[in-house]
Amino acid sequence: MIASSQARLSSVIITRIVVLTALLAALELACRLGVIDRVTMIPPTEMVAALWQILASGRFDSDIAFTTGNIAAAVALAVGLGFFVGAGLHALPRLRRVIEPMLSAYYAIPTFIFYPLLIVIFGVGRTALIVMGAMFAIVAMIVNTILGLDRVSKVVLQSAVMLRLDWFRQLILVRLPAAGPHLVTGLKLAVTYSVIGIVAGEFILATSGIGKRVAFAYDNFDNNTMYGMLLLLLLGVIAVNGLLSTWERRLHRRFGQQ
Amino acid sequence: MKSTRLDTAILVFGLLLVWQLLYMVAGANVISAPLATLIRAGQLLADERFWLHIKSTGEAFGLAGIIAIVLGIAVGLWLGFRRFAGDVADPFINTLYSIPKITLYPLILLAFGLGMSAKVAFGVIHGLFPVTIFTMGAVRNVAPIYYRTARIMRLTDFATLATIMAPAALPEILAGIRIGVALTLLGTLIGEFFASTSGVGFALIRASETHAVTDVMAITLLLFVFAASVNALLNFIQRRLRHNG
Repeated sequence: MIASSQARLSSVIITRIVVLTALLAALELACRLGVIDRVTMIPPTEMVAALWQILASGRFDSDIAFTTGNIAAAVALAVGLGFFVGAGLHALPRLRRVIEPMLSAYYAIPTFIFYPLLIVIFGVGRTALIVMGAMFAIVAMIVNTILGLDRVSKVVLQSAVMLRLDWFRQLILVRLPAAGPHLVTGLKLAVTYSVIGIVAGEFILATSGIGKRVAFAYDNFDNNTMYGMLLLLLLGVIAVNGLLSTWERRLHRRFGQQ
Repeated sequence: MKSTRLDTAILVFGLLLVWQLLYMVAGANVISAPLATLIRAGQLLADERFWLHIKSTGEAFGLAGIIAIVLGIAVGLWLGFRRFAGDVADPFINTLYSIPKITLYPLILLAFGLGMSAKVAFGVIHGLFPVTIFTMGAVRNVAPIYYRTARIMRLTDFATLATIMAPAALPEILAGIRIGVALTLLGTLIGEFFASTSGVGFALIRASETHAVTDVMAITLLLFVFAASVNALLNFIQRRLRHNG
């Protein structure tokens, strides 16, 4: 049984690799043969070459550092604040009941419509972008914090009471680790939403950053730079997302009762 | 129920109060007053030119929504039904769902040009994957006894999907549609931000470029109300179905 399910798993993985390779090869061929013209898209191999050239020359290092720093700051802000707001709402059921429907409607609104307002308040620069990213990300963290705290088992809480921990220690020492899997889900979503908020902000108006470079390259028909930077951004997001997903799965398995 | 309604009223009142205070602290350059915003929103709704924007957005949103839902359910049913294909496709779809689609905007613009088709494409790439993922998960979670029943009745694959799997999975599929529709609206508006000369998103970005603060706030408010209403409606349908099913 185990052997056959392992054989199945490896055949699934092999099929995945074959499908991915075939898709990339088809795209490469379509670009090379001119089915997709060069103004629209450059062949994948050239994208990789462009990315390599960008990284080797180091000419966009400051933009890359700018965007990564902004994303890190926004995620830290959203996750930190979101956890405490979520814990607060969890402790106040009456407020929570009223606010929860608003939280679930939040992502139906494109938050970066507030970006122009943020520029007016904070000026063009880091702060407006970070606030933008954090605003977009915080609700995912709040929702997942509440979800995680709901799932903390009673036994764990009773032992916290027996140890006579005060509210804050109970939250940090007992509830936080017990809600771990959902908090990592919140963190994962916070990263995705921060990237959307910040890159969208940089597309619209910014002095530097990956989004700014992509928009500039687009305006100037510089497809090498544009696709190189896009590839960098996507690979970065997929890598971080993959790492967090693995961590999430491992935590879920350890706290397997849910 | 009654106390929830009272609490909601208190909260809305509190938010309006905070809004008014923010306005008094920050000034008319930054945000507009609640009352002025409401009046402006009313004026916009009475304005024929604004209705042209609404119509343009509505058409793109409707078309994108239909494509995302139909395509998402079709692909999701198939991937859920054919377990091997589903296992192979799973990480690809999840990755596509999780990447920030906004980074693809130059690609969409180059492929579709400015205008209606780019807006629709933007809406579809946002809404398609959640519908697919939820449908696929729903079909996989259908109790095995239904499969056996279908086999006993010697139903064809198509008949199994259409008459047994789809109805059994409907509540979860609706949850996917709810998320998908919200993201389609988001995607369509993003499309209008960057790739359009008409529509509510375009009106909003133009208002912010010309620094018409009251217009920005009024359109934002209208969008919020619209999005929240769509969300509430789909929530309602979903809950009704769960009670019946």
